[in-house]
Amino acid sequence: MLAADPRTAAAWRRFRQEITDAGPERRREMLRQRANQSRTADLHMIGRAGLGHVGGDMSVLDILTTLFFAVLRVDPEKPDWPDRDRFVLSKGHTAGALYATLAAAGFFPEEELDSFIAPMSPLNGHPNRVKVPGVETNTGPLGHGLPVSVGMAVAGRLAASARHVYVVLGDGELQEGSNWEAAMTAGHRRLANLTAVVDRNRLQQGARTEDTNGLDPLDAKWRAFGWDVHEVDGHDHLALLEALTAPRTERPTCIIANTIKGRGVSFMENLVEWHHKVPSAEQISAATAELAR
Amino acid sequence: MSTFDCRVAFAEELINLAREDERIVAVCNDSVGSSNLVGFATEFPDRMINVGIAEQDMVGVGAGLALSGYIPFVCAAAPFLTGRALEQIKADVAYSQAPVVLCGMSPGMAYGELGPTHHSIEDLSWLRAIAGLGIVVPADPAETRAAVRWAAASATPVFLRIGRFKVPAVTGDAPFTFGTAGRLREGTDVTVVAAGTMVSRALEAAEEAAAEGVSVRVLNMSTIAPLDEPAIRQAISETRAIVTAEEATTTGGLGAAVAAVVVTERNPVPMRMLGVPREFAPTGNTAFLLSHFGLTAADIRTAAVHLARADA
Ligand SMILES: Cc1ncc(C[n+]2csc(CCOP(=O)(O)OP(=O)(O)O)c2C)c(N)n1
Repeated sequence: MLAADPRTAAAWRRFRQEITDAGPERRREMLRQRANQSRTADLHMIGRAGLGHVGGDMSVLDILTTLFFAVLRVDPEKPDWPDRDRFVLSKGHTAGALYATLAAAGFFPEEELDSFIAPMSPLNGHPNRVKVPGVETNTGPLGHGLPVSVGMAVAGRLAASARHVYVVLGDGELQEGSNWEAAMTAGHRRLANLTAVVDRNRLQQGARTEDTNGLDPLDAKWRAFGWDVHEVDGHDHLALLEALTAPRTERPTCIIANTIKGRGVSFMENLVEWHHKVPSAEQISAATAELAR
Repeated sequence: MSTFDCRVAFAEELINLAREDERIVAVCNDSVGSSNLVGFATEFPDRMINVGIAEQDMVGVGAGLALSGYIPFVCAAAPFLTGRALEQIKADVAYSQAPVVLCGMSPGMAYGELGPTHHSIEDLSWLRAIAGLGIVVPADPAETRAAVRWAAASATPVFLRIGRFKVPAVTGDAPFTFGTAGRLREGTDVTVVAAGTMVSRALEAAEEAAAEGVSVRVLNMSTIAPLDEPAIRQAISETRAIVTAEEATTTGGLGAAVAAVVVTERNPVPMRMLGVPREFAPTGNTAFLLSHFGLTAADIRTAAVHLARADA
């Protein structure tokens, strides 16, 4: 198991305090820059490793950044603290985005990103809770995160804990029926301590989601299963923050975050082939320049 | 030596078949590209049913098509096809005798760095326990083509394990016959029983063992179920030891199947099973993992030579 990096964790704490104290425009700018730094780290990591899921990483990073830098009650130096909020990345193929975020929050040293997928590295192509602090459950096969999160939410209630469970799902992933079984359980049990965020980038591995096995009307589906639904721009940090921290009713919450696959890198945006294409060195430097703006 | 991705032979033969027979359809799970079905989808758009990321649905749909007179090739990454839809494979396909061709793509540790969730090493154990399901693991492109053709015509439930890891042509003029092991090399000391990616390694190992004076027979056990028991019994009577080699777990795979035959012999022979232990793989690419688990040609040679000498 990797160990926390105390200096980065301290910086993360200061950052979180600044975010809390800042006015909305400053807050937006801080989160935007932070997310783009993670995008850059992720691209370099994938370039070095020669493997990764770039498109979905770029798509989900504003959601992950908002969660880890402004919402989740977690402590990188005490990753096992029982009353921590739980975060599950159900779309586990975007492990790179999670690793970049966890490293930036100090859960483990940022240098470790260099070992992504190398022989014997803790950083496998899909996240492993046994090896990486901050990873709550192993994912990779799609359609597993929501049922496990429902279990965590039920546990939180049994333990009378204030902890909240957040799970990020891919939209293509929602084609797996297991999600809807879990959605039904969560709605039935009125798990108000559960929030699912759908990274609605409308692309999956091989094609557009609506051309493969369409999900629309997606909001109505969740509502029909007993959930409250918010729809937001998944790259607008303030909108995400508001939806993630909105007062809860007695129902679980689904946030449909409309996103763009490949977001932030102009030549990747909205192109299905960037699902797992590996950028060249030139493409990485062009992307780095774009993201530094 | 040139090597081949068996998915290419698979896709070409499937298209050839589809041109000849309009009952051929393909069903997949958002895996048109990774199953190498782009050409099929372009030529036969109506006969390509991509249900999205929904493997249980995919196998059920395949069964429905088969029970309605079509010949479905249901294609998905092997771990998700077999693990995710195991009950559909048991109930809807095998128990119903629905002639579905289940195509497990990129099996074994082909997706090395993607980790144990994406490795398909348990598939043979899981499927071997299901009655009435044929299990075929072609060793090279020629055998892949023959197996595809046989499966389409067989009118029985079949699982084809289609490798992504590049392999050389090994079957030569030993054509695929369902249920029959191909004897790719004669030998009198030890028999190596291998399947899929391990067959070329077994041949290499046999060559190296010969240099050390050990004569190794190589059986290409491309049909895992039903197993060619006569070929194993013959090996037991004609050679002095057996080594099995598979890119799968030894807990229930090819090795276990062969062992179950060996122990029923009045005069069994010593045996070594090479494969993946009951253990989740560490991080690493396919080549790294194969050597980590002792599945190189050198490992096979060592096992064969050791058994031959121990017994001498
Ligand atoms: C059960 C299962 N089937 C298939 C796959 C292969 N796969 C990996 S990513 C992916 C597409 C995911 O699309 P989506 O959920 O929309 O994620 P995103 O577009 O955000 O990357 C597929 C099919 C898998 N990981 N698990």
